[in-house]
Amino acid sequence: MKLRQIVDILSLTVMAGHAGLDTEVTGGYAADLVSCAMAGAQKDGLWVTLQGHLNIVAVASLLDLAAIIVTENKVVEPEALAKANEEGIPILSTPCTTFEVVGRLWEMGVRR
Amino acid sequence: MEERRQLTRVEELTYEVKIEQVMTTDVLTVTPETMMSEAKELLRNRRISGMPVVEKGRLAGVISTEDIITTLELGKDVAVREKIGHPVRTCFADEPLAQAIRRFDMYGYGRYPVVNRRGRLVDIITQGDIIHGLLRALEADYHEEETLKHEASYLLEHVDSERTRLFLSYRVRARDFVHAGDAARQIKRALVRLGAHPQAVRRMAIATFEAETNIIIHSNGGRIAVLIQPSAIRVRATDTGPGIPDVDLAMQPGFSTAPDWVREMGFGSGMGLANIRRCASTMHLASIPGRKTCLEYTVIPEKSIALREQLTRSQNDFTRNRRPIIANGKDRPAQIDEPG
Ligand SMILES: Nc1ncnc2c1ncn2[C@@H]1O[C@H](COP(=O)(O)OP(=O)(O)OP(=O)(O)O)[C@@H](O)[C@H]1O
Ligand SMILES: [Mg+2]
Repeated sequence: MKLRQIVDILSLTVMAGHAGLDTEVTGGYAADLVSCAMAGAQKDGLWVTLQGHLNIVAVASLLDLAAIIVTENKVVEPEALAKANEEGIPILSTPCTTFEVVGRLWEMGVRR
Repeated sequence: MEERRQLTRVEELTYEVKIEQVMTTDVLTVTPETMMSEAKELLRNRRISGMPVVEKGRLAGVISTEDIITTLELGKDVAVREKIGHPVRTCFADEPLAQAIRRFDMYGYGRYPVVNRRGRLVDIITQGDIIHGLLRALEADYHEEETLKHEASYLLEHVDSERTRLFLSYRVRARDFVHAGDAARQIKRALVRLGAHPQAVRRMAIATFEAETNIIIHSNGGRIAVLIQPSAIRVRATDTGPGIPDVDLAMQPGFSTAPDWVREMGFGSGMGLANIRRCASTMHLASIPGRKTCLEYTVIPEKSIALREQLTRSQNDFTRNRRPIIANGKDRPAQIDEPG
């Protein structure tokens, strides 16, 4: 499924990285611990997290993730947004909890 | 400055490919004594539009459908000899295609007889032959490029030297979370450019990120040095700082001494060293408590692993009961699954 479709269906706010919205998403991973994401997130996958600091962009970039979904309207550091724009990695924001977001993604067929 | 036109790859190929490489070789000929009606049948059966006329191995001329039609229209059948008065333009077999193309442009005939340097007819060449020949050459070109790509051709493996090594070094500052991951990212980019196997790149990216954040979080600053060789990528992450009193304990998944403010950022799950061990082919952690820490690990690209296993196997066959000299599969890294 195209990332753009997921953004539409879940009404996510694109905070940064508009250039990366055409990625074909293959799956996802949810964690607030950086080392867990480092170990478990897959290439072209989504990372659903409560973290909003700069280092989430480094993780996404190193793992070639499709996008980062930041839940519960957690504040994303401006430096993170700038870096995400630079790298073309979308940061998507939502008021929903990680639990809800993952549940809806699963319903939509993003199950890997 | 004079503007120089760029040569396209197709133009280049017209100079690289020789006429003899695109000919079809099974050429149909007639002699000067062949009757026009006979020639007509031959052309019709073969669905071709012209034939060389050969006398005792030497090219005497060319006869085309047009010649035949105009003759036969007059209602009388004559020998081919009567109609080939004009001199024949030919190409040499060892000339480049460009030469033939120029001829086609200049004189507009549909085919040219191809002769060797002794004047013997070897074939005819048509514009169709040229197009097919160029397409084949382009395909071969493309194929070569593809195989190079698919072998994930590791640039360093194609450099001939007794010892090829590329050394990269990055300074890592304590508590500098703004630049966390920069060294890992730059190393990753370098490896991608070198054409390293995607699996090797991924292992290096993960392990180096963890080593880098450990220096940032737990030490007073240090350095990450990478030695890239065709057979292995070696990393040494050194720092000065508190060191690690119990290395075995630190290696245990879940063990962490990270302060709360670091944990709030999502670090400090105690999974970093475990991640490194999972991604690296070999790993060694040493520390002088109160002074410094040195972490070393290597990532061995897939190709080299395959080679090493092959070597191990032949060593086994060779030495039978003796222990193989080359390391066994024990320190082979766990497979990191890539989707798709
Ligand atoms: N360079 C270092 N200097 C001093 N201590 C270190 C260093 N690297 C690791 N340690 C010690 O080893 C522990 C385990 O490290 P590890 O990377 O596995 O987990 P972490 O860094 O605490 O958390 P995570 O990596 O999951 O964010 C650390 O908490 C720290 O006590
Ligand atoms: Mg760590």
